[in-house]
Amino acid sequence: MIELRGVRKRFGEQVVLDGVDFEVREGETLALLGPSGTGKSVLLKHINGLIRPDSGRVIVDGLEVATLPRKALSELRTRIGYVFQNGALFDSLSVFENVRLGLSDESKFNDLEYAERRVGECLKLVNLAPDTARKFPAQLSGGMRKRVGIARAIAGAPKYLLYDEPTSGLDPVNADIVDELVKRLDQELGVTSIMVTHDVRGAFNVADRIALLSDGKIVLQGTPDEFRESEDPKVKAFLERDFEDSFAA
Amino acid sequence: MTSTILRLPRFTGRLILGFLAQFGRISLLVVELVRGLSEVRIWVPRTFTEAATVGAGSLPIVLVIAMFAGVTTAFQAGYQWQSNLPVYILGTLIVETIVLELGPVLIGLVLAGRIGARYAAELGTMRVTEQIDALESLGRSPASHLIIPRVLAATLMLPVLVIIADVVAIVAGLVSVKQVLPVTDADFAYGAKAYWKPFDAYYSLIKATSFGFAIGLISCFMGFNTKQGAEGVGKATTAAIVSSSVVILLLNALLAKLLVST
Repeated sequence: MIELRGVRKRFGEQVVLDGVDFEVREGETLALLGPSGTGKSVLLKHINGLIRPDSGRVIVDGLEVATLPRKALSELRTRIGYVFQNGALFDSLSVFENVRLGLSDESKFNDLEYAERRVGECLKLVNLAPDTARKFPAQLSGGMRKRVGIARAIAGAPKYLLYDEPTSGLDPVNADIVDELVKRLDQELGVTSIMVTHDVRGAFNVADRIALLSDGKIVLQGTPDEFRESEDPKVKAFLERDFEDSFAA
Repeated sequence: MTSTILRLPRFTGRLILGFLAQFGRISLLVVELVRGLSEVRIWVPRTFTEAATVGAGSLPIVLVIAMFAGVTTAFQAGYQWQSNLPVYILGTLIVETIVLELGPVLIGLVLAGRIGARYAAELGTMRVTEQIDALESLGRSPASHLIIPRVLAATLMLPVLVIIADVVAIVAGLVSVKQVLPVTDADFAYGAKAYWKPFDAYYSLIKATSFGFAIGLISCFMGFNTKQGAEGVGKATTAAIVSSSVVILLLNALLAKLLVST
């Protein structure tokens, strides 16, 4: 289980998170919605300890992330797959080497036969052809890079998956493909997921629960139906604006 | 009026704070490097790969610089030589100048540009494209994967390149000085040996090793702490070259004072 309690974070004068509280239960998929620049990615990076809160607690599996010793933090990170917004693939390495780096167990990483088999499985899970393994990130399209990023995140069989804007920068067709992929992986792998997005349609399609982050706080968290029926002006304003954007697209 | 009076102490204070903050950050990086040394299986193979890349890639420019340094030193030595001095002294002058000073310092400064720019730009780009975050999120240490191999490669390869440069520069110096003065190979060799001390070679290698370490550490530090996109990568690269060059000159003076000053 992932819990955030009173998390505050500021960069200089700018307050990004102002007492964020929420939790994600085992096996569920939570979509974290919010306008661009509201600190959704910052919040996600608190969960695997890439950013430390100024105050408040981030707890994963009962462990307080910010106070974990180095080794324990590394161990915890192997249980959390992180899909970066732009893939963050290592551009000097092939797709095979990129996905192989996701094997958290060093003995499995060094076992070339196992690594080849596991990389192949992961590429198949994200609907990529086996020969993609030989390519380099620069030879891939935006959608393929995102999928390789997902393959790397799942290679170590994590318990949690954190997706940072998995559909941003994609055309609607590719965005739908990635949304379906996220939904399928969550079901097939049985992982607990948090998907940061500003795409309302995708969030409603994929998530069991949705949380809206605005002005550094969680305005509402609930099921998609509770969201649709909410009378909160911030929720209504965000949903109306984003649905209009979806139709415009 | 008051604000004008306060401007200087404020500026000085900011400068000192900035220096201390930078010193603190570089110390933390060194601590990370020491911790990362335990992951031998990660950094050893990467160090060899990096050293081969740095060594082979730098060799052409090192050879060109060494050749011209040798030629220029020989012509200038010839210009300063007077007929009341024995000709073998040219061998002493050329060999000592190249081994003690020109070899390590010239090669150090040029490689501060070549290796320093490469390291800072590589790590800076990895930082702004979240590749370093990705590595950390996979539970892997950026120190053992990225920084230790680069710092060690620079530290190990600079002495090797300086030895090659010294040999090439001395040979180029011998060939050139023979064009302008009646020096024989035997004269040159006698002069080279006459004032040669084994410590001269050690001193040259100590300098080269410390310059290599400084280039590796400073450039990786600048790249690793890059902020703000492409502009940040540019700034980090420039800062890496300038800082490495200045530190090489400072170390050069410091080592001269500590090791050879009488």
